[in-house]
Amino acid sequence: MNTLFLTAKLDIVESLRARWFLIYSLVFGGIVALLFAFGLTESRVLGFIGLSRLLVTYIQLTMAILPVFVLITTVRSVAGDREAGVFEYLLSLPVSLSAWFWGKIIGRYVTIFMPVFVAMLGSVIWSLIQGVEVPWGMFFYYTALLAAMAWCFLGIGMLISTLARSTDVAQGAAFMVWLTMLLFLDLILLGIMIQGHVAPEVAVGIALANPLQVFRTAALAMFDPQLIVLGPSAYVILDLFGAAGYQIYALIYPVLIGSLCAVAGYLTFRRSDLP
Amino acid sequence: MIRFENVSKLFKRNPVLDSVSLDIELGERIALIGSNGAGKTTLIRCLLGEYTHDGKVTIDGQSPRSERTSVLGKVGFVPQLPPPLKMPVGQLVNFAAAVCHSDPLRIHDIATRLGLNVSDILARPFNRLSGGMKQKLLIAIALGRDTQVLVMDEPAANLDPEARHIFFNLLAERLENTTMIISSHRLDEVASLVNRVVEMDMGKVVLDDRVAEESKLATLFNCHLTLARADAAIAKTLITWQFADRRDGIEWHGLVSGPDRLRFLGMVSRYVGLLSRIEMAEIDPSITLQ
Repeated sequence: MNTLFLTAKLDIVESLRARWFLIYSLVFGGIVALLFAFGLTESRVLGFIGLSRLLVTYIQLTMAILPVFVLITTVRSVAGDREAGVFEYLLSLPVSLSAWFWGKIIGRYVTIFMPVFVAMLGSVIWSLIQGVEVPWGMFFYYTALLAAMAWCFLGIGMLISTLARSTDVAQGAAFMVWLTMLLFLDLILLGIMIQGHVAPEVAVGIALANPLQVFRTAALAMFDPQLIVLGPSAYVILDLFGAAGYQIYALIYPVLIGSLCAVAGYLTFRRSDLP
Repeated sequence: MIRFENVSKLFKRNPVLDSVSLDIELGERIALIGSNGAGKTTLIRCLLGEYTHDGKVTIDGQSPRSERTSVLGKVGFVPQLPPPLKMPVGQLVNFAAAVCHSDPLRIHDIATRLGLNVSDILARPFNRLSGGMKQKLLIAIALGRDTQVLVMDEPAANLDPEARHIFFNLLAERLENTTMIISSHRLDEVASLVNRVVEMDMGKVVLDDRVAEESKLATLFNCHLTLARADAAIAKTLITWQFADRRDGIEWHGLVSGPDRLRFLGMVSRYVGLLSRIEMAEIDPSITLQ
């Protein structure tokens, strides 16, 4: 257990020193600052005003940025260390492979989740200071959604990182995974349905299997519980899960995907050549 | 103590190790030599449990792959190329000491003996150190704990003569209870450190021979050189060996560690045309270089 936390600490300190972390933190901190600066809390869209409006916009932007950021930076983790020759030395020390791998995942999770969460928390604290009402239910659900999203893409990133033998291959594969998920978002699926006469159940099934779409739908459901903007597919989703059921599904499914990928990554790592 | 049984390793169907079998006992000091691609590094990585392979590798009957923490706790490793770690020196030392159940101060002490004051560079990223500083720190981490096996890949390559001498002294302190595997391209680099030579070629052991131990690791030699004429090139080289100019670049004097004799003579042989006299005499090993 001790080596697990030592490895996590090592990864956190390495990440804090890395340039990607600085950019990553600036992006999310900057988004919140810009949303405040442009007076988004004063605008009204679909009846949302104040911090709710800001959180809705923030989560939409985060969903667009966080997955690709997490994938691209995480895939460098194992593949990059292996390629740079870090493993030859550090894994000659008496650290178990499980402590090393899971320690790296814990460390990386902290570094990718904290900036996103702190930016959101900062907006809440600022609102409290300004006397603006805080939608706590939305804040807590979005926090859980971001935590699940970060874990999901971290797990996928670690799996790609252990499978790829070089950073270039890992980054290329990560980008392809992200692009594939992007291509199967609801609007494109709709196009496919129209063009290819695919059964609606298949299209909805793909949407429910795509973590990006799951997050998008869950975030939409917070301010549009009837999922009107989704069109006919909303009926299937709401029929299948119900509004609350879907919110729970949107948390459990990505965590499951992330965990399965992380376990698969660990098993691959344990059985392969380390340096 | 260390046993390789029919160890084979393929990379993309190319055999890098081909049924290597070796038995290494406690206290043996092995020079693992061979040209590039001979299989030395692969063999070391199998020993460290870093590569999967056919056959069996054990240290005290335990597998370094499946019983990593127990086995690698006994093994100190100094790589040929320092890893490009960005972490601060202090963190690396603390991490290594914590996972090896050692005290960071032991590592500091060894580094100080090698001429590296760790306290001054605690906050500096490891990859920003000079080659010599990195090597000293990695040696200090390997020797700053209780180990039964030392695996070193060209360990003294980046060290100055004084640090090399101290390094040989540090190894001499562990002769009785430590097995050492020292990898090198050239036998003359490590010949005086070892009592057994294993040469590899094309993934196979092609030579396994004992070496007579005529010189102790801590031995020092008083050395006088007389040149036919002063020469800037040899003067520059002798200064790196910390030799003193006794007469207008003609007479030179210095101390050479026992294990470094062959290396020193190899260097001098490059200037044999300038050499009119050479004298080497063993002195009390307790004397330290100034």
